[in-house]
Amino acid sequence: MSLSSSELTVGEALRLHGISRRGFIRFCTATASAMALPPWMGLAMAEQLRQAPRPSVIYLSFQECTGCFESLTRSFAPTIESLIFNVISLDYDDTLMAASGEAAEVALATAMKTYYGKYVLVIDGSVPTGADGAYCTSGGRSAVDTLRQAAAGAAAIVCVGTCSAFGGIPFADPNPTSAWPVSAIVSGKPIINVSGCPPMPEVITGTLLQFVTTGQVPDLDEHLRPKVFYGNTIHDRCYRRPFYDEGKFAKSFDDEGARNGWCLYELGCKGPTTYNACATIKWNGGTSFPIESGHGCLGCSEPGFWDKGSFYAAESSAGWGKAGGPSPLRALEVAGAAATVGAALGLATAVATRSRLQRSEINPADADKKDI
Amino acid sequence: MTLLDFARGPALKVAIAIFCLAVSWRIVAFVLLRIRRDLNRPRASVPTSLARGLLTVGTRSWPHPEFIARTGAGEALGYSYHLGLFALVLLFTPHILFLGSLIGISWPGLPSGLITIISVITLTLLLAVLFRRVTNPVMRMLSNFDDYFSWFVTLLVIVTGLATTAHFGAPYQTLLGLHILSFDLLLVWFPFGKLMHAFYIFPSRAINGALLARKGAPS
Repeated sequence: MSLSSSELTVGEALRLHGISRRGFIRFCTATASAMALPPWMGLAMAEQLRQAPRPSVIYLSFQECTGCFESLTRSFAPTIESLIFNVISLDYDDTLMAASGEAAEVALATAMKTYYGKYVLVIDGSVPTGADGAYCTSGGRSAVDTLRQAAAGAAAIVCVGTCSAFGGIPFADPNPTSAWPVSAIVSGKPIINVSGCPPMPEVITGTLLQFVTTGQVPDLDEHLRPKVFYGNTIHDRCYRRPFYDEGKFAKSFDDEGARNGWCLYELGCKGPTTYNACATIKWNGGTSFPIESGHGCLGCSEPGFWDKGSFYAAESSAGWGKAGGPSPLRALEVAGAAATVGAALGLATAVATRSRLQRSEINPADADKKDI
Repeated sequence: MTLLDFARGPALKVAIAIFCLAVSWRIVAFVLLRIRRDLNRPRASVPTSLARGLLTVGTRSWPHPEFIARTGAGEALGYSYHLGLFALVLLFTPHILFLGSLIGISWPGLPSGLITIISVITLTLLLAVLFRRVTNPVMRMLSNFDDYFSWFVTLLVIVTGLATTAHFGAPYQTLLGLHILSFDLLLVWFPFGKLMHAFYIFPSRAINGALLARKGAPS
């Protein structure tokens, strides 16, 4: 990961590693296919990448669990090795880099200075702002200060994981560190959210590759996620969807419905409201995804997924209450209290009406007053 | 807080509270209303009157043979969309789970494809009902804001429900939020408009039948 390696074009770097042009085109075609791009984009991508200098990437980790990076290292198309050795110049990543301490800080400062305005900033983790940012510091600087400084010179910011995209678990109620997503702190820079807890490895590498190839921010949804990966719900692409349409649902994780592979909607699957590519690209090189393994989707790529009640409450349930999920008692309490007040009002109305009718019988002058 | 969280959280709680309060208020006030004493000699005993009252609930729920040619089509239309509404509300699995999360019980549902067909048929019937109302001079004269708004809130729930199922025009969460909000609106309007007939229709038929039986008149 020497800085000078950034000066090589991708084509030169590939030749240096003995990768043939044919092999490279195959790699680009596979990537374009994973991103659902048209077939000609594979060739165009290869041509563009071959001539392009490898862009500098700075990867900063803040308040996170490193799960997102673990996910990234399991990317199959492209693999993390091919990405960092051939396509990008990963100039700072405190998880992977050999340097530590002052040498690492110098590498970060040098990369930010050398490629000012050109580097891609990848953020992993939310940004705690409580106690003047003291909950997350590195090299004597708080995460929030590091982010502001690094963001100033970035060409674009890619938020990897739900924590950096939407705040994630640190942002969840009661948010003790006053954590925020990157988009709440940085403005004026293109931000691409690659959400998920963790995000799919191919989605991370694919998004980076698309930006590196085209130099443009991809089409994003209202949550700043690439539409190519987050354009459909898990439910829409789920292989269990026909069972939903037939009304066949597993009632528990070990009943006959579950063994028959029926829909997990009643067991709390969040597939209908979750936009991600799990059901199409799948995990571990296309092996499977959570629903295929028998568990409902948790909705981890959606904002506030941790605060949306029980993972095991059906999506269409009222969802009253956070920790305990939907509570029939609370609904009945509200209904019962309201009905009691209503009954009291009804009684008062009836008494008032009867009293008025009695008065009108005693005093005919009141007789023209209307009964209810 | 997202639109969906708002719709099925505070908005739903307020709507349920208004619905229960107002329905309870109107029913209790109605039940406790003083009925003027009928000083005439009763033509039937109290048990007979009550039995005839209950019988009237059934007989008045079917078109009178003499008028069946004139009213049969309208009643068939009315029954059809009411049955459609019942099926949509009570037999669609997400609705069963929604209601189950509120009241704690659940029951089997219909396949969602069948529910979609029922939704489209019910929607068409509701449009036909409106067409009949505005094209029939007598019905048009009898109709007021209450009739049209009650029709609108009922239709709105079906339209937003269909849009949610089809993911039409907006993200699923937004559509689901709008669908639940439209249901909240229905709950709030229900006790104050003619939708309240759901609670009144059978007791009022029974009371009318019993009073007529007491007078010795057929019902």
